[in-house]
Amino acid sequence: MARIRKAVPGVDPKLLVKDAAKLLPDPARRAFLRGGMSLGALAFLAGCDIVDGPSAESALSKISFFNDRVQAWIFGLNRLAPTYPESAITRPFPFNAYYTEDEAPEVEGDTYKLKVGGLVQEKKSWPLSELYALPQEKQITRHVCVEGWSAIGSWTGARLSDFLQRIGADTKAKYVNFICAEGYSTSIDMPTALHPQTQMTFRFADEILPRAYGYPMKIRIPTKLGFKNPKYVTEMYVTNDYPGGYWEDQGYNWFSGL
Amino acid sequence: MTSAVAANRKPKVIHPLWVRITHWLNALAMIVMIGSGWQIYNASPIFGFTFPRSITLGGWLAGGIMWHFAAMWLLVVNGLVYLTLGIISGRFRRKLFPIRTHELARDIGDALRFRLTHDDLSVYNAVQRLLYLGVILAGVVIVLSGLSIWKPIQLQELTALFGGYESARVVHFLAMAAIAGFLAVHVLLALIVPKSLRAMITGR
Repeated sequence: MARIRKAVPGVDPKLLVKDAAKLLPDPARRAFLRGGMSLGALAFLAGCDIVDGPSAESALSKISFFNDRVQAWIFGLNRLAPTYPESAITRPFPFNAYYTEDEAPEVEGDTYKLKVGGLVQEKKSWPLSELYALPQEKQITRHVCVEGWSAIGSWTGARLSDFLQRIGADTKAKYVNFICAEGYSTSIDMPTALHPQTQMTFRFADEILPRAYGYPMKIRIPTKLGFKNPKYVTEMYVTNDYPGGYWEDQGYNWFSGL
Repeated sequence: MTSAVAANRKPKVIHPLWVRITHWLNALAMIVMIGSGWQIYNASPIFGFTFPRSITLGGWLAGGIMWHFAAMWLLVVNGLVYLTLGIISGRFRRKLFPIRTHELARDIGDALRFRLTHDDLSVYNAVQRLLYLGVILAGVVIVLSGLSIWKPIQLQELTALFGGYESARVVHFLAMAAIAGFLAVHVLLALIVPKSLRAMITGR
C-alpha cells in the first residue's frame, strides 16, 4: 500500500492511508451509488431518477439530518454508558485514525495551550498544568467505532460539563466544536457536551495519555461513535452555527450517538 | 354468503392489496439493507471474509451507512404495517397455522423429491408455513439486534438481551444470513412456479 509521508499530518485526503480499502477513498467517492445492486435492483424497483448520483446523495443527506434529530430526541442526558471492570479492558487498545500511528501528531506538552472561544465568558487559553488541576474521574467504557468493532478502555479526566460551567459557556448554545493538532475536527450537540460521562481526558489506563491515544488531551464521549471522540484537541469553541467535522463533511452521520 | 357469491364471479383473491404492497416495499427495503449492510460489514469483518465490492451498496462505508439508516425507516414502518394487518386481519392465523409435525415431515420429504405441488396458491403447505413464519421471526430479530447495535447505550437493556454489543453484531449477521438464504430459495421457487409470482403482483 502506497504511503504518502508528511512532516505534519494534515487533512490532505491523500493521507487516507490505513483505511484506504474500507473507508473508501476520494476518487471513488463518486462511486457512492454504484455497485451492481444499486443500478440493477434499485433501478428496477425504485425508478431510475432515484439512482441518479447527486439527487440520491442529497436525499440521503436529508435523511441523515433527519436521523440527527431523531437521535437527539432519543438521547438521554442521564442515560449512562455501561462501565466495566479493569479486567475487561482491551489490551492493547487499538490505534485508529486516517493516518498511521507513526504519523500521529507530536504535541509539545510544555508549550501546549487549549484555546477556548466562541460563546463563553472566559476566553483564555489553558496550559496543561491548569487543566491537570481540574477535578478528575476515571471511566472504563466501551469505545464503538463507526466501522463496527469495539474496544474497552480506561480514561481519566475532567467532566466537560464542569469545565463549560467554569468558563461560563452559554449552555443554551447548540454546538461545541473541537479542533485538533493535525487539522482534524468534530462537533457535538450541547446535551452530549453536558452528559456526565463526557470527559476532557488526560490519562489512558492510569498513565499520561500516550501520543497514540491523543496526548495531551482527548475528548472522551462514550455515548458517541469513536470518530466523535477527538484526540490532540487544541481548540474548543461554543457556537450556534453548525460546525460539521472532518468525517461528517464527507458523509458520516453527524450525531452518531450510541 | 356474499363472499362466496363474489368468489364465484371472479377468480379468488390470493393476496389482498396490502399484502402485495407491503411485500414489494419489503423486498426493496431488504435489498437495500442487505447490500448496504454488506458494505458496513466489510469495514470490520466479523468472520474471515468480506463481500465482493460489486454486490455491496453505497461505494464506501459512509455511503453504506447512509443507505442503511435511510432504508431502515422503510423496513420498520412497512414491517409494522404488515405485522399489524397480518395479525388483526387473521391472515397469519389462517395461512401460517397450524404447523403440524407430521405434515411438515411429509412436505419436506416431498419437497426434497421435487414432488411438492402448488395446486392451490391460497393454501400454504407445511414447509411454506414454517419458512414464512421463520423469515418473519428473522425479520423481527434483525430489527431488534440492529437497534441494539445502533443504540447500545440508549437501548442498553435490549443490547443486554442479545448478550452485549459484540454478540448483537453476530446475531444481526446471522439473521441477515437466514434472510438471504430464505431469499435465494424464495426467488428460485417463485421463478419455478411463475403463477405464484403473478399472484403477488396481480393478487390472483
